[in-house]
Amino acid sequence: MSLDLITTEGHRVTSSTEFDAPLAIRGLTVSYGEKPAVFSVDATFHPGEMTAIIGPNGAGKSTLLKAALGIVKPLSGLISAWGQPMASERARIAYVPQRASVDWDFPTRVLDVVMMGQYRSLGLLRRVSGAHRKITLDSLARVGMESFASRQIGQLSGGQQQRVFLARALAQEADLYLLDEPFAGVDAATEKAIISVLQELRAAGKTVVAVHHDLATAPEYFDRVFLINTTRIAEGTVAEAFTQPNLQAAYGGRLATAQMGAAI
Amino acid sequence: MTGAEFVPLSLPPLVIGICAAIACAVPGNFLLLRKQALIGDAISHVVLPGIVLAFLVTGTLSAWPMMIGAGIAALVAVGLIEAVRRLGRIEPGAAMGVVFTAMFAGGVLLLEQSDTSSVHLDVEHALYGNLESLIWLDAVGWSSVFDPEALAGMPPELWRMVITTLVVLVMCVLFWRPLKLSTFDEGFAQTIGLPVNLIGLGLVVTAAIAAVAAFDAVGSIIVIAMFICPPAAARMMTNSLEAQVLWSVVFATVSAVLGYVLAGYGPLWLGFENAVSAAGMIATVSGGILALAAAFGPCRTRSGAPVEA
Repeated sequence: MSLDLITTEGHRVTSSTEFDAPLAIRGLTVSYGEKPAVFSVDATFHPGEMTAIIGPNGAGKSTLLKAALGIVKPLSGLISAWGQPMASERARIAYVPQRASVDWDFPTRVLDVVMMGQYRSLGLLRRVSGAHRKITLDSLARVGMESFASRQIGQLSGGQQQRVFLARALAQEADLYLLDEPFAGVDAATEKAIISVLQELRAAGKTVVAVHHDLATAPEYFDRVFLINTTRIAEGTVAEAFTQPNLQAAYGGRLATAQMGAAI
Repeated sequence: MTGAEFVPLSLPPLVIGICAAIACAVPGNFLLLRKQALIGDAISHVVLPGIVLAFLVTGTLSAWPMMIGAGIAALVAVGLIEAVRRLGRIEPGAAMGVVFTAMFAGGVLLLEQSDTSSVHLDVEHALYGNLESLIWLDAVGWSSVFDPEALAGMPPELWRMVITTLVVLVMCVLFWRPLKLSTFDEGFAQTIGLPVNLIGLGLVVTAAIAAVAAFDAVGSIIVIAMFICPPAAARMMTNSLEAQVLWSVVFATVSAVLGYVLAGYGPLWLGFENAVSAAGMIATVSGGILALAAAFGPCRTRSGAPVEA
């Protein structure tokens, strides 16, 4: 992929810093049926930034992440990671799916799930080494779940499940972290644990992008917001973009004034 | 029973029964966890029209045309199921149900309309197989197992089933990690670059190979039962996938051995004259094991899971 390719598409990409960004999305349109879920969206995410993707239900937040990761096929658009096609940079990208997207009755232990984060270095048949085990246990420790390593995953609470998923992403030792609703249905302790891990990642110069539901906590947890409702509504720092007019534009009549008051 | 009786009459059906049960049960574990358990049922039904067509084309009942016909029918069915599911936007179970009943019914009609009276091809045979007839007349006792000349007279179904079972086991071990990972979390598997569609297709094709080989030897009843009963029973014995697959192999083996022995001798013990179908009894025993596991297995419920609001 080259700069020419992008500009001939007619999208605005100019500066080289934007081009080298960990994740750059240009003209992304995704449709499941006749109506597009995401329409002509541009987005750029930089190192050391923590961005919340915010929008009402069905606004295309998860779809945006999934298309960026190649899980859903877009109708059109370009996805690049550090200026390369996303597929060639998978080793540097970690993904935390929605907790509800898997069957937690699956017969396996916490340790095995976190170990999946190291599949790329394990491959088909390579033996699990002491180094693999150490990364796995360290990742579990960072989310405060080290004592749960040999627990069956069906025995975890929702918050613990979410922390296991985050530990798996940490075990990927990536530079870009994409999280789908990491705070959905978790307890307060888990929410705190997750946010402190994400802040550590930001401090280490990683890029963090999370679909976020709770308007009340968004300005406190994140330094940037990306407002979406099928199309991009606004993007910027919390001070720039997390404004009443923008939120009104994203949520329309669905955002009760009381909720908005709490958020801003 | 002496070796001179056991080896020629009972050893081949037992080995074939055990291998068929294991070859179906192992991929069945993954199909069950992927909520695709019905696919074994579907495959074992759709091979019927494939076998009838192969017979009509070649005019013989020899093994290879049958296997190829069955294999093609299985692949057509898998393609049709996917097409119905995606184009019709309906759930996979319904898509399978529509495709396999339609193809099986088509096979029955074809069978009725074609002149197969000269050969041993009928609906009963397709369902129950004929495990008891797979005997080894060249054997004189246990020594024959090491006698190359006698081994050459072994029923060919036995070698096909043994090789198929080995292929299934090797595939399962070789692709264990990607299979487990993509079965648990397909979205995540995709983001680390695993070809999830290819893995899913590979699993179904492996299951189809096992089903076709087993169908050829023992009929579709065993195939349907073995894809579901041993893995489902095994799931209630353990919370580890590794242990679950091993349990399913144990349950499949026990079903095959116990089913064969009960079919052959059970009715005599009860004072009846004739033995009953081994395939039917093996499937029944596997159902019995599932019932016992459901009643007494240690991992039937998510006890220990915190209650969530």
